[in-house]
Amino acid sequence: MIRLAFDAYERRKVKRQNSPATLTHEPAREGGPAHVRSTTPVIEVSHLEKTYGKVHAVNDVSFDIRGGEVFSFLGPNGAGKSTTVEILEGLRDRTGGEVRVLGLDPWTHFDQVKARIGVIPQDFHFFPKLTPREAIRLYARLFNAKVDPDELLARVELTDKADDYYDTLSGGQHQKVGVALSLVNDPEVCFLDEPTTGLDPRARRSIWAVIRRLRGEGRAVLLTTHYLEEAQQLSDRIGILNFGQVIAMGSPSAIISKFGRPERIRIVGDPLIAARLKPLGLSMTQADGEVEVELHSKNDALPILQTVSMSGLQWESFSTVNDSLEDVFIRMVGHLEEGTSTAPMRGEVAA
Amino acid sequence: MNLGRALAYFPTFARICFRSRLGVFMTLIFPGMLILVFGAIFTNTGSTRVPLSVENLDHNSPLSQQFLAGLNATGVVSVSLVSPTVGNLSDYVTHNSLVAGLVIPQGFGATLTNRSPVRLLLFTNPSSAVAAGEVQGAVQGVANGMDLRIAGGSPLVTYVDLNAGGHIFTVIDYLVPGLIGFSVLVSPMMQMVNLSSTWKREKLFRELSLTPLSRGEWLFATLLWYVVLALVSTVLLTGLGTLLFGAHVTLTPLALPFLIVGPVLFVSIGLLAGTVSKTPEVAGMIGNVITFPMMFLSGTFYPVSMFPSWLVPVAHALPLYYLIDGLNASLLFGNVSTALTDLVIVTILAAAFAFAATQAFTWREERGRVLPRRSVTHDGARGPAAI
Repeated sequence: MIRLAFDAYERRKVKRQNSPATLTHEPAREGGPAHVRSTTPVIEVSHLEKTYGKVHAVNDVSFDIRGGEVFSFLGPNGAGKSTTVEILEGLRDRTGGEVRVLGLDPWTHFDQVKARIGVIPQDFHFFPKLTPREAIRLYARLFNAKVDPDELLARVELTDKADDYYDTLSGGQHQKVGVALSLVNDPEVCFLDEPTTGLDPRARRSIWAVIRRLRGEGRAVLLTTHYLEEAQQLSDRIGILNFGQVIAMGSPSAIISKFGRPERIRIVGDPLIAARLKPLGLSMTQADGEVEVELHSKNDALPILQTVSMSGLQWESFSTVNDSLEDVFIRMVGHLEEGTSTAPMRGEVAA
Repeated sequence: MNLGRALAYFPTFARICFRSRLGVFMTLIFPGMLILVFGAIFTNTGSTRVPLSVENLDHNSPLSQQFLAGLNATGVVSVSLVSPTVGNLSDYVTHNSLVAGLVIPQGFGATLTNRSPVRLLLFTNPSSAVAAGEVQGAVQGVANGMDLRIAGGSPLVTYVDLNAGGHIFTVIDYLVPGLIGFSVLVSPMMQMVNLSSTWKREKLFRELSLTPLSRGEWLFATLLWYVVLALVSTVLLTGLGTLLFGAHVTLTPLALPFLIVGPVLFVSIGLLAGTVSKTPEVAGMIGNVITFPMMFLSGTFYPVSMFPSWLVPVAHALPLYYLIDGLNASLLFGNVSTALTDLVIVTILAAAFAFAATQAFTWREERGRVLPRRSVTHDGARGPAAI
C-alpha cells in the first residue's frame, strides 16, 4: 500500500520535473556569487533506516535538499554520514524508509540516477598511471558527454597538471581531479564525501571555491565533512548526525542560536574579579585567569563593565564571546556520547 | 551490455596495464627472456654432449684410439684427455666437479688383441646422476661394439631412430607452446589478483561503478585485453623460437580458441582470488600459491611424461596442463581430437571459474549481501581532526 502511494507520488514528481522548475533567486552568501535555488527538492529522504546485523547505522533519518543548496552532514566517525550518502548514490540498499534522488529511487534506478549525479567519494583515489586529461576523456566517453577537458581542468585550477600522472599529484590536486570527474556529466546533484580531509589549508580553500561555484550554478551539493568551520562557511543547512540519528538540522546560525550558549563577556584580569561580579546574579565560569559571564540581554553588559571598573582590580581585556558551530557540535555530540538524555539537545530549527 | 562502452573503456585499461611495468614485463619480456635462455641452452638438443675426461694409459695403441673415436661418435659424450700425471682420476673428477672420468689401462690394445678380458675404470659423479647415466650407456655401447668386432661378429638386432609424425621435435619445439601457456597463465593471474584486490582497497571499482560502465562491460574489456596479449605473446614467442632457434611450430587456427578461453580461465581465477581476499597481501600470497605449482607442474618447461608417476595425476588436476597439452596438439602435432578434448576441458573450467568470479565480484551492495561497512577505526586513523 505504501509502495503504491509512493509510486503515485513518484509519477507526480516526474510530471513536475518535466514542467519548468520552480526557481528562486537568492542573494550572494559569504562573498560567493548570487545563485539560483530550486524550490523543488532534488533529494528527498523519509524515515531512512539501514542496519548491518544488529548495528543500526542509520535510524529514522529524514531531510530534503533543493537545487542550489549546500547541505552538510556533520557527525563523529561512525555516525552514519557515509552510509546515508552511499544509499543516496545508489551504492547501498536501504533497510527501510524512502529515498528519492531527482525523483527516482537510486537503488532501483541506479543507471538513471548516476547519469545525473556527480560523486567524490570519501578518500578519493584514481588510477595512478592516468593523467587528469585522460581521466576526463575516459569519463566523457563513458557518459557520452561532450566535454572540453581543458575547460574542465581550468574550472578546478588544474590546467598545469593536465598531463601529469595521477600518482605524481598532491592530495589537493587528487581531490580536484575527483571534482573535475564528478562534473563531466554536468550533474544536477553533487555528493562530496569529506572532499577536503587531509588537505592543507590552501588546497582546502581551493576546493571551497569550487563548491561555492557549484552552488552558484544551481546544483544541489550534499557535503559531509569533519571540519566544522568548513560546514559553517559553505552550508545553507546542516544536519548533525550521531549514532545514525539526526540530532539537529537547520542553518548554521539557527543551530548555533538554538543550541549554543548565550552571548558572554570574557574578562581577562585579576582572579578576584569573579567574586566582585557575583552579586549581579549572572551565570559565570572562571578558568585560567579568565571570567566568562553570560548575558541575558545586551543591557547586562553595562553593570558588568561598571563593576569591574569600580573594583579597582587589574584587568587586561574585555571581549564578547559567541558559540561557534564547533562549540555547539562538541556540546551536542559530547552529551550524547556520555549517555545523557538526547531530548534537550535535539531538534530541527528554521533555516 | 553496451559493447561501445566496453570498447571505449578498453584503451584506458590497456594504458593502465601497459604503464604498469610489471604487467609488460610478465607478459612480453619475461616469456621472451625465457625462450632466449632456454633456446640458447637447448638448441640442437638432444645432442648436448656430456663431457667425459679420459686418462688414456695406452695412448699408443690403435684400439684405444678406436675406442675413443667410438665414444665421440655416439654423440652423447665429448671426450677430453687428461694427463696421466693428474694422479688418482677419482679424486680429479671430484675436485674438478666433472661428470665422469674414464681410465683406459696400460696394455688395453695388446690385451684385446690377445682376446683377453680388459677392465676399464669409469668414475661418475653422484651429483650428476642423469648425465652420468648417459655416459655409462655410451661407454657400455662402445665396449659391446668393440667386443663384437674383435670376436668377428656383426649385430643381428638393429634399429632405425625415426621421429613420430615425420618431424624432428627438439626441446625448443616443446618450449614454445609451454611458454605460450606460461604467458597466458602468468600475466592475467598475477595482474588480476593484484588489480582486483588493490582496486577494491583503493575503491576504484566503486569509482567506476558510478559511471555508466557496467560490471559486465568492465569484465569484457579486461578479457579482451588479455586475449590481445595472449595473441601478441604467441606471435612473439613463436617468432623468436622459429627465427632464432629453428623451432618447428606451426600457427594454426586450432590454437586460436585456446588463446581466447585460456585468458578467460586465468582472468577468472585471478579475479576470484583477488575478490575473496581481504587484503592485497593475502591476494598476492594466494596468487603465488596457485600460479607457481601450476607453472612448474603443467608441462611448461618439462614434458609431463618425464614426471615421476605419482606426480602425473597432480599435473592432470591443473588447468594449465590442458591448455599446454592443447597448444602442443594444435601447434606441434596437428592432433585435432586431442586439441578438441583439451579445449572442452579448458572451456568447462573457464565457464565454471568465470561464473564463480562474477558471483563473488561486486561493485555495489547486492540485495541480501551487504558490502562491508566502513571501519570506524579506519576513518579515525585517516581523519586529521576527528571530532
